[in-house]
Amino acid sequence: MKINTMAEMMAAGEMPEVLFWVGCAGSFDQRAQKITKAFATILDKVGIKFAILGKEEACTGDPARRAGNEFLFQMMAYQNIQVLNGYGIKKIVTTCPHCFNTLKNEYPELGGNYEVIHHTTLLQELINEGRIKMKEGGEFKGKKISYHDSCYLGRANDIYEAPRKVLEALDAELVEMKRCRTNGLCCGAGGAQMFKEDEPGDTRINMDRADEALATGASFIAAACPFCNTMMTDGVKNREKESEVGVLDVAEMIAASMQ
Amino acid sequence: MQYLPQIGFLILAAIGIGLFTKKAGEIKRNIFLGKDEDLNDQPAKRWKNLILLALGQKKMFKNPLVAIMHLIIYAGFIIINIEVLEIVLDGILGTHRLFLPYLGSFYSFLINCFELLALGVIVVCVIFLARRNIIRLKRFMSKDLNGWARSDANYILFIEIILMSLFLTMNATDQVLQKLGADHYNTTSSFIVSSELIPIFNGMSMDALVAIERTAWWLHIIGIFAFLNYLPYSKHLHIMLAFPNAYFTRLDAPGKMKNMPAVQKEVLYAMQPEMAPADAAPPASFGAKDIFDLSWKNLLDAYSCTECGRCTSACPANSTGKLLSPRKIMMATRDRMEDVGKNINTNKEFKADGKSLLHDYISVEELRACTTCNACVEECPVSISPLDIITELRRSLIMEESNAPQEWNGTFSNIENNFAPWKFSPDDRDKWAQEMV
Repeated sequence: MKINTMAEMMAAGEMPEVLFWVGCAGSFDQRAQKITKAFATILDKVGIKFAILGKEEACTGDPARRAGNEFLFQMMAYQNIQVLNGYGIKKIVTTCPHCFNTLKNEYPELGGNYEVIHHTTLLQELINEGRIKMKEGGEFKGKKISYHDSCYLGRANDIYEAPRKVLEALDAELVEMKRCRTNGLCCGAGGAQMFKEDEPGDTRINMDRADEALATGASFIAAACPFCNTMMTDGVKNREKESEVGVLDVAEMIAASMQ
Repeated sequence: MQYLPQIGFLILAAIGIGLFTKKAGEIKRNIFLGKDEDLNDQPAKRWKNLILLALGQKKMFKNPLVAIMHLIIYAGFIIINIEVLEIVLDGILGTHRLFLPYLGSFYSFLINCFELLALGVIVVCVIFLARRNIIRLKRFMSKDLNGWARSDANYILFIEIILMSLFLTMNATDQVLQKLGADHYNTTSSFIVSSELIPIFNGMSMDALVAIERTAWWLHIIGIFAFLNYLPYSKHLHIMLAFPNAYFTRLDAPGKMKNMPAVQKEVLYAMQPEMAPADAAPPASFGAKDIFDLSWKNLLDAYSCTECGRCTSACPANSTGKLLSPRKIMMATRDRMEDVGKNINTNKEFKADGKSLLHDYISVEELRACTTCNACVEECPVSISPLDIITELRRSLIMEESNAPQEWNGTFSNIENNFAPWKFSPDDRDKWAQEMV
């Protein structure tokens, strides 16, 4: 499968339906790359014409802004908006809720106006339209899945149902954690915490959240954010449950189950 | 001589209202020490928030039982104030139960409603005292509340119980006096709650009864004026400020951080020097070091906080033992405002006191623990955003003091040089795509 960059598309005189904003985790993190590949595979299979920015993509600036470094954020935003506007991008889909939030909510007043959707919303649309069809007796059928709400998708942007609706298409049994939806417990990665050691405390946030997820008895923990994914995976490993409980992105589950 | 009680009442009212007005003015002044922020857009949405969140107490209903109990106190407080109107008019005019002749049987109906509410308020206050002092709910035991804050919460509940008891005592003795045919005590029908208290007072002399009834009446109204003046020093101020706070709450997606146009411009001028006006002056400061650098809404938030601790209970950093407590962020902001206010009262204008909100009231360790998850914002029943203050203070730490943990400095330099928070070569950004071919 050939993934086109915007530069290549422009050179061929073509425009994609949607730009796939991969994000730093999705581009560089080995675990998150699998999510990226799964989502690209889905887009390819359903025949959506998409492109990536490739080497022209840069960090949205989210962690810098949340840490307090507004200068760096503004620099990244300036660069990215120049690139996106240069290509005349209208619609962006991203697998990272942090990129999603920044592109959707923070770039418009800096001059970057795009229709931005999270991949779980796009997947839900594709399922509703019948463009994604599930295999008979997929690997998740009848299995217990617990969905972990990403803060930047849920509370930050009020997206609670799309990922759940997508998971329902797997014919699995959705079980909720004690704290879910608006009450969902953070994985501990946001606000640039991902990039530094924890402040002194009794335990790590991802351990608490992994315990809550494990308490549901689910065989799979579904995430919709590459950072949540890392945090939950670490938590599950720490409790030595990695052979029994898998942590997967919603897109990976769909990619593995679609026709 | 016969006008003495009326004169006494007028003096009491003048002092009570006068002192409150002065303190309210100081609070307003303190709030507007903050920076301008225009929060008047979309009035329809704002009114909706006021009605749903403040009047309707929507967020309280996450826990319906507590919400109903809180609603009883709240309704008691609001509705019994209608009775206070009569008390005030009686006080000024020297009348007794002024509304009775005009309202007839409806008057008794109203008083019965007030009495039922008063009883409800007493019951709920007792339950709330138990939650704080016997059941000892975790969020009320936190060290955030050590000292004045914990006493404050108990005082309020005690005051409410006393005020309501005085109201019922007044009505009970009134009914006994009616039966005895005392002067001025116009006949009403029996009151639903206070009639149960009549046996306590039966057999007392008319003088004693009048003394008790008048004492209860005076203590009740003195209590109300005292309470009014207690409000500005208490977490109970939320009964007033919850309304403007809900109205002026931010309407953006909660994930959106406030833009800094000054920095945006700086970056633009650096990238496109031709855009820079000749007289472009760099901004004076970045982020918030003290209350003066926060928005007035952040400061209104601090005065609206009722210290319930729902934010802190939901905070992932706090629940895993970190120092951060969103409630404490709000309390510290209010403490700082009060200290600055006292400073202004003494010196006519603010005289630098060598302190600031950042460092002296809120520590770096607290700020560093925040995951910006918005749980505190989501929880708050009165539309406060502790997160907004946290991120503004973080901006000052990084941009004014270059105070970042070493890992963050590494992250910043990676983002700047490699366009990703990790030290990967930007050339490898699409390596995954090449692997798919």
